[in-house]
Amino acid sequence: MEKFRVLVVDDEEDFLETIVKRLRDRDLEATGVLSGEQALQFLESQDVDVVVLDVRMPGMDGIETLKEIKKRKPTVEVIMLTGHASVESGIQGMQLGAFDYVMKPVPLDELLDKMRQAYERKLIQEGRA
Amino acid sequence: MEKSYFTRLQWQIITTIITFSVVPLVVLGGVIYHQFSSSYTANVLESLKTLVENRRASLDLFLEERVAQLTTLAGTHTLEKLRDEDYLHKVFNIIQAHSRSYIDLGVINEEGDHLAYVGPYHSILKGVNYKNEEWFSAVMASGVHISDVFTGFRKIPHFVIAIMVRERNKNWILRATIDSEIVENIVRAAWIGKRGDAFIVNRQNILQTNPRFCGKLLEPPSCPESFYCPDYSAAVGTRVERISLKGGDRLFGVSVLHTKQWVLVVMEDPSEQLSPLFTARYLGVLIGLGGILVIVVGAFFTSRAMMKELEEAERKRAASEDMAIQSSKMAALGKMAAGIAHEINNPLAVIGEKAGWMQDLLKKEDLRQSKNFQEFADAVEKIEFHVNRAKKITHRLLSFGRRLEPVAERVEVNQTVQDTLEFLINEARYRNIEIKTELAPDLPVITSDSSQLQQVLLNIINNSIDAIGKNGVIRIKTHYLEKVNRVAIEISDTGPGIPKHMLDKIFDPFFTTKEVGKGTGLGLSISYSIVEKLGGKIIVASEEGKGATFTIYLPVT
Repeated sequence: MEKFRVLVVDDEEDFLETIVKRLRDRDLEATGVLSGEQALQFLESQDVDVVVLDVRMPGMDGIETLKEIKKRKPTVEVIMLTGHASVESGIQGMQLGAFDYVMKPVPLDELLDKMRQAYERKLIQEGRA
Repeated sequence: MEKSYFTRLQWQIITTIITFSVVPLVVLGGVIYHQFSSSYTANVLESLKTLVENRRASLDLFLEERVAQLTTLAGTHTLEKLRDEDYLHKVFNIIQAHSRSYIDLGVINEEGDHLAYVGPYHSILKGVNYKNEEWFSAVMASGVHISDVFTGFRKIPHFVIAIMVRERNKNWILRATIDSEIVENIVRAAWIGKRGDAFIVNRQNILQTNPRFCGKLLEPPSCPESFYCPDYSAAVGTRVERISLKGGDRLFGVSVLHTKQWVLVVMEDPSEQLSPLFTARYLGVLIGLGGILVIVVGAFFTSRAMMKELEEAERKRAASEDMAIQSSKMAALGKMAAGIAHEINNPLAVIGEKAGWMQDLLKKEDLRQSKNFQEFADAVEKIEFHVNRAKKITHRLLSFGRRLEPVAERVEVNQTVQDTLEFLINEARYRNIEIKTELAPDLPVITSDSSQLQQVLLNIINNSIDAIGKNGVIRIKTHYLEKVNRVAIEISDTGPGIPKHMLDKIFDPFFTTKEVGKGTGLGLSISYSIVEKLGGKIIVASEEGKGATFTIYLPVT
């Protein structure tokens, strides 16, 4: 499997820490940040292929962050993570250009599949496939 | 609402209607009757007065005529002439020719000796001396005297008119006996109706004529039927009155004769005289009772119709209130369920990730040597399994609470039912449950969401299968309700039914009768909110021991 760069954005620290560890364990270049602001900062300095973005966060929420990411780096694929009663916001996210949405709690394999698909799409869109 | 409340209200209305209609009716009837009665009674009394006056005048006239005749006779003849019995006989025949009322005629000198006599009792009376007779001294004193009635030795009622004539310092008396029959006849003419009576009493309250009912001649009047007969012997002038006696009311007309101190009494039975009044009263009461009956019946039917309307309105109101309560309850519960679900999802995600991480680690070489490796692996697997289980519940909760707009597509309800049954047919066969379908062929294609409808059907049919357990029948019927433009899907089972106290709870979230872990209690509440979002209605009917029937109504458009 091709190695690609993942950024996980979630305000739940325990969740973030664990999922990053598990993704790294699966040979992905995974990084975790706790807020939308931090995610944008990170994206300034480094390139990322796929962003996994929690919808509800304190401060800048997932939808706002998504808009901002799509503005700055349109090729970056975003998967929305809805831990809340917000399937609507997941759908809204897709309308705003997110690749897909998954509901928490999600089995890692499922999430990995989605990430891979997202990465593939990114490659196609960048014309490198 | 209570049935008794309506019954009480109905009685209140009936009572009010009757009171407000009957009271004026009775008052009106009473007043009219009273007016009519008093004027009619006055009329009757007036005519009685006229009658008694009239009779009295006749009697007076009769007596005056007799007195005048005799006075003329006595004044135009000398004693010498009248002493001659042959002449007297001639005179008697002349006056008798005009009036049959004379019985005899006699001439008496002032010593009381009978000088001459004409009449049927010549031999007896000729020698009688009247000096000690009452009438003799009375006529000597007043000149003219009319005696009371007596029978004398003739044994027939009669009375005497005596005229005293003064001739050359000597007085003589012309005396005539008058047959009472004439007087009787005059009085008898005032016997009115079948129970009326008329008679004459003198000042000693002794009857001077034979009454019809009230006693016998020459006795005090005594009225029959055990009622007391008033004493009019001291009456003055003319008057009428109504007297209530033991045997009933009587009208009395009384008049005192001018020529003689006799009192004419005319008695009438008002029930005869006033019979038109009684007819009026009878008719009035009859019409009144009829009116009351009409009012009562009218009040009853009107109020019953009103009560039916009221009850119907109340029932509708209660039903729509129930619906409103149910749907607001569902909305509130939906919000709450979604809130709980999302609060639980976050920690659940952490637990899931941690367990996943542990599983990742367990796969690494160095840990496989651990003595309790298998124990760890099992425990982690269990944690993952139960996280998954909890996730299913929270996701269902979310789908219950979410406000996803249903898709609008053309749905063939019969096809959806068939598709749904595909999923269930094996399970049903395994449990020996027969699924019978009666699908109406003329069902219109409706605009709805087929996958959501399918979920609803799955939930309900699954419940039916669970309710039956083993061996039973599930009937699924579809039909089109043209009037309301709806399609109905009816699902009935032969299961144990739903107890009455549970019927209003079965759509509540988390309400379940299944064993712990087997059911979430969300199936029906999700179905309910889905059908509501589809613009339809879901209704349950069940009786314990007789199975349950769920009916889903869906709008065509």
